[in-house]
Amino acid sequence: MSETLLFALELTISGLLVGLMYSLVALGFVLIYKASGVFNFAQGDMTFLAALALASFVVKIPLWISLIVVLAIMLILAMAVERIVLKPLVARPPLVLFMATIGVAFFLQGLAQGIWGTQPRGLELGLADQTYDVAGMFISNMDILGAVVAGILLIALVWFFQKTKTGRALRAVSDDHEAALAVGIPLRKAWGITWAIAGIVAIVAGALWGSRVGVQASLALLALKALPVLIIGGIDSIPGAILGGLIIGAAENLAEGLIGPAVGGGIKNFFPYLLALIVLAVRPYGLFGREIIERV
Amino acid sequence: MFEAMRLRCALVISLAMACLLLMPALSAAQDKEQWLPLLCYRTGPYAPGGSGICGGMEDYFDLLNLKGGIDGIKLKWEECETAYSPPRGVECYERTKKEHGGAIVYHPISTGITYALMERATADKIPLTSIGYGRADAQFGGEIFPYTFPLVTTYWSQVTGKINYIASKEGGLDKLKGKKIALLYIDVAYGQETIPILKTLAEKYGFELGLFPVPAPGLEQSAQWLDIKRRFKADWVINRNWGISCTVPLKEAVRVGFSRDRIIGVWWCGSEEDVVPAGPAAKDYITTNFHGVGQEFPIIQEILENIYMKGKGNLPVTRVGTVYYNRGVIHGIITAEALRTAYKKFGAKPINGEQMKWALENLNIDEKRIKELGAEGFMPPLKTSPTDHEGGGWIRFQQWDGAKWKPISDWIAPMRDVVQAEVKRSAEDYAAKKGEKK
Repeated sequence: MSETLLFALELTISGLLVGLMYSLVALGFVLIYKASGVFNFAQGDMTFLAALALASFVVKIPLWISLIVVLAIMLILAMAVERIVLKPLVARPPLVLFMATIGVAFFLQGLAQGIWGTQPRGLELGLADQTYDVAGMFISNMDILGAVVAGILLIALVWFFQKTKTGRALRAVSDDHEAALAVGIPLRKAWGITWAIAGIVAIVAGALWGSRVGVQASLALLALKALPVLIIGGIDSIPGAILGGLIIGAAENLAEGLIGPAVGGGIKNFFPYLLALIVLAVRPYGLFGREIIERV
Repeated sequence: MFEAMRLRCALVISLAMACLLLMPALSAAQDKEQWLPLLCYRTGPYAPGGSGICGGMEDYFDLLNLKGGIDGIKLKWEECETAYSPPRGVECYERTKKEHGGAIVYHPISTGITYALMERATADKIPLTSIGYGRADAQFGGEIFPYTFPLVTTYWSQVTGKINYIASKEGGLDKLKGKKIALLYIDVAYGQETIPILKTLAEKYGFELGLFPVPAPGLEQSAQWLDIKRRFKADWVINRNWGISCTVPLKEAVRVGFSRDRIIGVWWCGSEEDVVPAGPAAKDYITTNFHGVGQEFPIIQEILENIYMKGKGNLPVTRVGTVYYNRGVIHGIITAEALRTAYKKFGAKPINGEQMKWALENLNIDEKRIKELGAEGFMPPLKTSPTDHEGGGWIRFQQWDGAKWKPISDWIAPMRDVVQAEVKRSAEDYAAKKGEKK
């Protein structure tokens, strides 16, 4: 295999593995959008808060107990958001709810740093970084772990939304709040469950990304990586989040590695947005997004 | 009724007289205070750096005040939160520059804010220091950069020191020929600052320079690292990032099997906050620094004893002696020594920006003075002049042993000939462009 081909293949594999981890972050957005039609600006900060809490507990108590404690925190947080922020805004336009999530984002960042401090932390999941040489390519055990965990979670969520009664109820809520209420689906309960699931996704994303790059406030900026994933995959589609993540992960790596040197480099952040713009022009609802036809 | 009126009149007259009597005392108290606005960032992604530096600096000021101030003049300061953002830095500058009789010096603690303030501060005649950051060619001083002071050492001095260090490991400067050095940098003004001087050095010593920009915030750098390892096949990597983008390379290096003792970080990638999150991946990583790390220095012990042991202090005691904390203390020492120099020249009373400029251009913190300050081994000598706003350029190297930073070199001088030539060229270029703009 030529060196350039091997390099391109390695960039692709590494990008796909990272892409699955982008999908995890994007998934939090998808879940809340599906159930409430709200673009949750606070998802990145939820990821940061979960990671910071986990990193703080794991140095004092075993990992599995830390995970349970953080899970409890995220569930309480979900209930608090539902009670304090969403309940007063029922039947308000989506833009109002979006603005409320901006407030939640800043509050969560301040809350997390207020409780656990601003100092960056490491997050060890009990697995040392190791790299395997597979057919001349570097494959990291942490990347494989990230991809496997992300894959399992994604499959579980697809099953939950397709096969369970609660999942179907949540989908009904996302279709039409008023119609769901009319058939007896409790809207507030549905929102609470959705935020709780988004909190669980934030824990998984926070743990994987925290172990990969460390835990500090910049982790909240992962949300910026999730945006093109959502645009490409479709903001209301779980399979879309998976495919969008894979596309973005591979494309940004290939762009940086192969096109970057010719244009001065540093295009990894910009290229996914270029792709997203192209997709927006061709399929405004994304590759898997639901096309909504509205009477105007 | 008449009695009551008389009583009221007496009371008003007494109050007025008391005010008249107290006014000189109040004014005298103000005469004995030097006000300093501090641009800090204790919030946002870069808070660990900002809080450490401001915390260390303010603890040092507190220590001086406990000892009676500088020549009897106590320091009074006020923080303005910039969150490391240039627009907020400019806002803080504009809001504070005329308060309490006027600002006399600013430490922006950010290259971006330094760039944003340079022309304003020059117009307002307020010195702007950038201790270990900022615009390297401003060390030229003179009429081109009269109010900008990249003190102690600049990025250009530092990078020549790094090449010297790499050469020492390779067996001499002549052995650099054919070697490959990758510059992995965050793609903003700060990150790009050393490219011109590295290009000059690459040409002079025959090594190949590879440029690998990282778009901010730099959370994901796998493509750059595969390129560095696979295609460029770097012998050494210079890690010139900031915040989380400093930590990511250490993890990525493990993934591609690149030895950490061949990565040389800038001092803004050389704090505990940069290596602790990387865990074991950071072991053996090398960075530059321009001050000591640890609590063993007398000056740090004095702060611990007089501030922290008495339940005061700006930060948790565990941060005292860390890289950013000690960087704050060196900021404090330089500010205080400049004030001392100014009071000696202009009299022991609050000074203005122009007088502070004179002091910063006539600083001389020699070995003797460093010892008196309890900062032996903590900071290098510093001697400035109107045409040398840097004052030395000394740096040292440190290595992370998995638990703490260990110094691995003595103070190393920069390649002055190379730096000075580039400084002159760049400063004159800046002056020419500024002339065109006018």
